[in-house]
Amino acid sequence: MSDGNHGFGGNRGMRDASIVNTAGRGTIDGTRRSGPVRPGPEAAPFLAARDMRGGYGKADILNGCTITVDRGQIAVIVGPNGAGKSTAMKAIFGMLDLREGSVQLDGQDISALNPQDRVRAGMGFVPQTSNVFPSMTVEENLQMGAYIREDDFRDTMDQVYALFPAVAAKRRQAAGELSGGQRQQVAVGRALMTRPKLLMLDEPTAGVSPIVMDELFDRIIEIARTGISILMVEQNARQALEIADVGYVLVQGANRYTDTGAALLANPEVRRTFLGG
Amino acid sequence: MDIANALVAILNFVVIPAAAYGSQLALGALGVTLIYGILRFSNFAHGDTMAIGTAIVILLTWGLQALGVSLGPLPIALLALPIGIAITAGLVLLTDRLVYRHYRRVRADPIVLVMASTGVMFLMNGLTRLLIGVDEIRFDDGARFLISVQQFKAWTGLTEGLALRLSQFITLVVAGLSCWALFRFLNRTRSGKAMRAYSDNEDLALLSGIDPERVVRLTWIIATALAVMAGTLYGLDKSFKAFNYFQILLPIFAAAIVGGLGSPTGAVAGGFVIAFSEVAVTYPWKKIAGYLVPGWQPEGLLQLLSTEYKFAVSFVILIVVLLFRPTGLFRGKSF
Amino acid sequence: MSTTRQSDAASPWRAPALLAVLVVLFVLEGSLSNALFSGSWNSALGILNMGLLSAIMALGVNITWGYGGLFNAGVVGFLALGGLAPVLVSTRPVPGAWAAGGTGVLLALLVGLATLGLAAVVARWLSGALRFWAALAVIVAGFVIYRELFDPAVAAIEANNPAQAGNIGGLGLPVLLSWPVGGLLAAAAAWGVGKVALGLRSDYLAIATLGIGEIIVAVMRNEGWLARGVLNMSGIPRPVPYELNLQADPGFQARAAGWGMDVATASGIWVKLCYAGLFVAVLLALVLLSELALRSPWGRMMRAIRDNETAAEAMGKHVTRRHLQVFIIGAAVIGLAGAMMVTLDGLLNPGGYAPLRYTFLVWVMVIVGGSGNNWGAVLGAILIWYLWIKAEVWGPAFMSVVTAAMEPGPLKAHLLESAPHMRFVAMGLVLLLVLRFAPRGLVPEK
Repeated sequence: MSDGNHGFGGNRGMRDASIVNTAGRGTIDGTRRSGPVRPGPEAAPFLAARDMRGGYGKADILNGCTITVDRGQIAVIVGPNGAGKSTAMKAIFGMLDLREGSVQLDGQDISALNPQDRVRAGMGFVPQTSNVFPSMTVEENLQMGAYIREDDFRDTMDQVYALFPAVAAKRRQAAGELSGGQRQQVAVGRALMTRPKLLMLDEPTAGVSPIVMDELFDRIIEIARTGISILMVEQNARQALEIADVGYVLVQGANRYTDTGAALLANPEVRRTFLGG
Repeated sequence: MDIANALVAILNFVVIPAAAYGSQLALGALGVTLIYGILRFSNFAHGDTMAIGTAIVILLTWGLQALGVSLGPLPIALLALPIGIAITAGLVLLTDRLVYRHYRRVRADPIVLVMASTGVMFLMNGLTRLLIGVDEIRFDDGARFLISVQQFKAWTGLTEGLALRLSQFITLVVAGLSCWALFRFLNRTRSGKAMRAYSDNEDLALLSGIDPERVVRLTWIIATALAVMAGTLYGLDKSFKAFNYFQILLPIFAAAIVGGLGSPTGAVAGGFVIAFSEVAVTYPWKKIAGYLVPGWQPEGLLQLLSTEYKFAVSFVILIVVLLFRPTGLFRGKSF
Repeated sequence: MSTTRQSDAASPWRAPALLAVLVVLFVLEGSLSNALFSGSWNSALGILNMGLLSAIMALGVNITWGYGGLFNAGVVGFLALGGLAPVLVSTRPVPGAWAAGGTGVLLALLVGLATLGLAAVVARWLSGALRFWAALAVIVAGFVIYRELFDPAVAAIEANNPAQAGNIGGLGLPVLLSWPVGGLLAAAAAWGVGKVALGLRSDYLAIATLGIGEIIVAVMRNEGWLARGVLNMSGIPRPVPYELNLQADPGFQARAAGWGMDVATASGIWVKLCYAGLFVAVLLALVLLSELALRSPWGRMMRAIRDNETAAEAMGKHVTRRHLQVFIIGAAVIGLAGAMMVTLDGLLNPGGYAPLRYTFLVWVMVIVGGSGNNWGAVLGAILIWYLWIKAEVWGPAFMSVVTAAMEPGPLKAHLLESAPHMRFVAMGLVLLLVLRFAPRGLVPEK
C-alpha cells in the first residue's frame, strides 16, 4: 500500500520475503459488520442502486450515479477511463463506503450489508483480475464458490461444466495453470456456484482474444436466459452494447446516457464520443 | 557383522534422534508456515508461544501428579496436552483480538504485524518467566525406554546397542498423526479448503462468502495447537528451558523457508532436512568409520562441526537452498 | 483511518520535550532516594552510559531500517563481533601464542575464505545441475584442508598457558583504536551476509541475519583461542582513568573534597562522566554524519529507492548495491557500539549476548523513538534503556504493592521472586501501545 502512514512510517520499500507475504493480500475490510436490511419501496427494479456518491478518501469518484437492472436483463456500463465504472460496481457490491444513495436488491434495501452478506443476499461478483484461487484445482475453485451453500450443489457444478466444457476437462488442474480465457471461465463459474440472482462482471474480456471474447459473451447471454440478471463493466463497449438490454454511459461518476444497448449504438453522439465513430 | 553394527549405530545415534527432532521442527514449521500463508507475516512470537504452551502443560502435569493421576508408562504430559493447547489457544486468540485484528482492519503493511509479533514475543517471554522461571525443568514422568540397549543387544547379539526412548516414539506417533490430520483437513474439508482459498486470494475468498475472521481464528488455533505439541514433545525429549524455545525459532524458520514458505508439505520436508543435517554434521563418525573400514583408527572424532554450531547448519542449508532454489523445495507462498 | 491522525503531529517540539523528560528522569534517579529511584548519581550515570551506547545501536538499526527498509534481525551478532575488537587490538600479547599456532590459524582462515570465493566463482560460471555439485565439491575439499590446518593450530594456542590465557592475544594498541576496528569487523560480516541474502530475487535478510547473529555469538562462545570463549576476557584496557588511581591521587582527593563528596563516590562519578563524554562525542558525530549523508545526493537516492523501488530501478539505480551499502553501514555502527560496550565493561562476556536484549530491545527503541528519525532513535533508545533498567526495580515494588493483601505462602513468594521478569512484559506492552497509538514513534520522521 502506498499510504505512508501505515504503522511505523510505511513499509519503507521492504521486500523481505522471509518475513512478509504480499501475494494474495486483500483490499476489502473483512472485519466490517453488516447493518440491518429494510424493505425497500414497492415496484422497484430488481437491482436499484440510486444516487450513489462516494469514493476513496476525500474526493468523490461517484457523483450521483444510478444503475438499475431488471430480472433476466443484461446491463452494461461503459464510459471513458476514470469515469468510475468499476467504482460503481464496487459500490453496488458494498466494497466502498457510500456517502449518499442506496442499493436495493429484490425489494430489500441492502445498503448496510458488507460484501460477504451481499453474496448471501444473492449477488455474485467476478473481479477483473485475481479472480480465481490459483493454487487450487478448478473443481476446488467451484467448491469455494459454493461455500455458503449448505445443500447439495453437484447439479449446479454440472451446469457450470456444461456451460464451460473446456474447463470441465481440466477440473483436476490448478486454476493458475490455465490460459487467460479458461481462467475467466472458471471465475464466472465460481460466481455462478452460489446461484446468484444478480451476476456482476468487472471487465470480463480484459486481455483475452476476440474469439474468446465472443464465446464469453455467448455464455453470458445463455446465463441471462436462465433468469439471472447480469451487470457488467466493459472496455469493449461496442461488442458489449450489442448484447445489452440496457446500457449506461458514465462520465465523471454520473450518468450521461441511459438507453437500450441498440439505441445507444444507434445514437450518433454516443458513437462519436465513446465508441470511436 | 561390522556392517550390521555400523547400521545399528547410525540408526541409534543419527536416524532416531534426527527423526524425533525433525518431527518437532516440522510441527513448529507447520505453524509458522500456516501463519505466513494466511496472516501473511512471519510470527516472531512462535517460539515463545511454544514456550508458554509448554509451561502451561508442565504446570498442569504437576497438578495432575499432585492429584495422583497416572497414565502408566506414558507421561502425564500427554493428558495435560489437550488442556494446555486449549488454554494457550485462548491466550493467542486474545492477542489476536487485542493486537493483530486492528492492523487487519486498517490493512496495515504486514511488516507492522511482524513488529507487533515481537511485542507479543516480549509479552509471552515475560509471562513464561513469571509462570515457571528460567531454570531447566524435566517433566517426563513416563517409562524411559521402549527398547533399551541391553534388550536390543540380548535380542540381536550385536556389540552395538540401540535404544528407542519412549519420548522419541511418542514424538514420532503424535507428529505423524497430527500431520496426517492437518493434511486431511486442508485438502478434504470445507474449512480447510477455505483456509487455502483465503491464503490464495483474500478478496475472492471474501466474495465467496468465506468469513475471513473465522479463517484467521482457525489458523491461530491450529498453529497454536501445533506449537504447543512441538514444544511439549521437545521438552519431553530433551528438557524445558525457556531460552531454548527462543533459539529453536531459527531452525524452525529455516525449515519453513527451506521447504518453501506457505507450503505445509514443504514445512514437514524442511523440518526433516534441517534435523537430519544438523545431527549428521554434528555427530562424531569415528565409531562408524571404525566398523566400516576395519583397521582404520582415525585421529580425530570425525565430527564435522561441534554441537555448539548446530545453528550454523540450519543457516548454511538455508543459504544453499535460497541460492540454488529461491522458492524453496516445494515452491512456497501458496498451499 | 485511525493511524493517519498522527501525521499532523510531527511538531518540532517533540524532540526537545522528550529530551526534557529524559533529563528529569535522570535527575530524579540521581537525587531522589525512595522505592522508585536509587538517589545515586553513580547509578544514574551508569544507566546513561549504557543508554548512550544503546542510542548508537539504535542509530545503526535506524540507518538500515529507516533509510533502506532492511530488516536486520541479527543486531546481537554484529554487536558481539564489534566487541571482539578491543580484545584483539588492545589487550597485551600472549607470550608464545603466535608462535604456537598463529600462522596456522591465519593460513586456515585464508584457505576457508579462498574456498568460499572459489565456490562462488564456480557456481557463477557453471550452469545446470553441475553448478551445485561442482560448488559442493570445492567446499568439501576446502573444508577438509581447512580443518587439517585449523585444528592443530587451535589446539596449540589453547594449550598455551590455559589457566590465564589460551587465546591468541591482542596487539597491545590503544583501546580507542579498537572502536573503528569493531565497526570494520561487523561491516565485513555484513558484507558477506548481505551479498548472499540481498542478491536473491526477493531478499531474505531477516532470516539470514537472525542466523548469522546466532552463529557469531556461538563462535565467540566456543572458539577459546579467539578471546577465551565462555571463560570471558577481562582486564581490557580503558581510555579513561581507573577509580583506584584517582582515589590515590592527592590532587583528585582535594577536588573531591571541594565537591563535598567522598573520594570513592567522586572517582566513580568522574570515570563515568569521562565515558559519557566520549560516548556523547561519538554519538553526536554519528548523528551529524548520518544527517549529512541523508541530505547528500546519496541520501536522496536512498530515499527515492525506499519510496519507489521500481521507479528507482527504472532510472538505472542499482537498488541491490545501495541496499548492501546501507546494510553494511548500519552494521558497522552497531559493531562500533559493540566495541565501545566491551570497553565500558572492561570485559568480554560472550555468554551475555542474548538476542532478546540486544536485537529485539534495540528494535523496540527504534520504533518507540520514531523510525527514520535519528533523534527519535537516539532519544527512544535512552528512554527505553532507562525503563528497561528501572523496570527491574519497579517490577518487584509494584508486585509487593499488589501482593500486600495476600497471605504469605508459596504463591506470594513465587510472585515476588519472579517480579523482575515483569520487565519483559512491560517492554512488550510499551512496544504494542506505541505501535498502536503512535505508530510513527514519539519523534516522527519529518
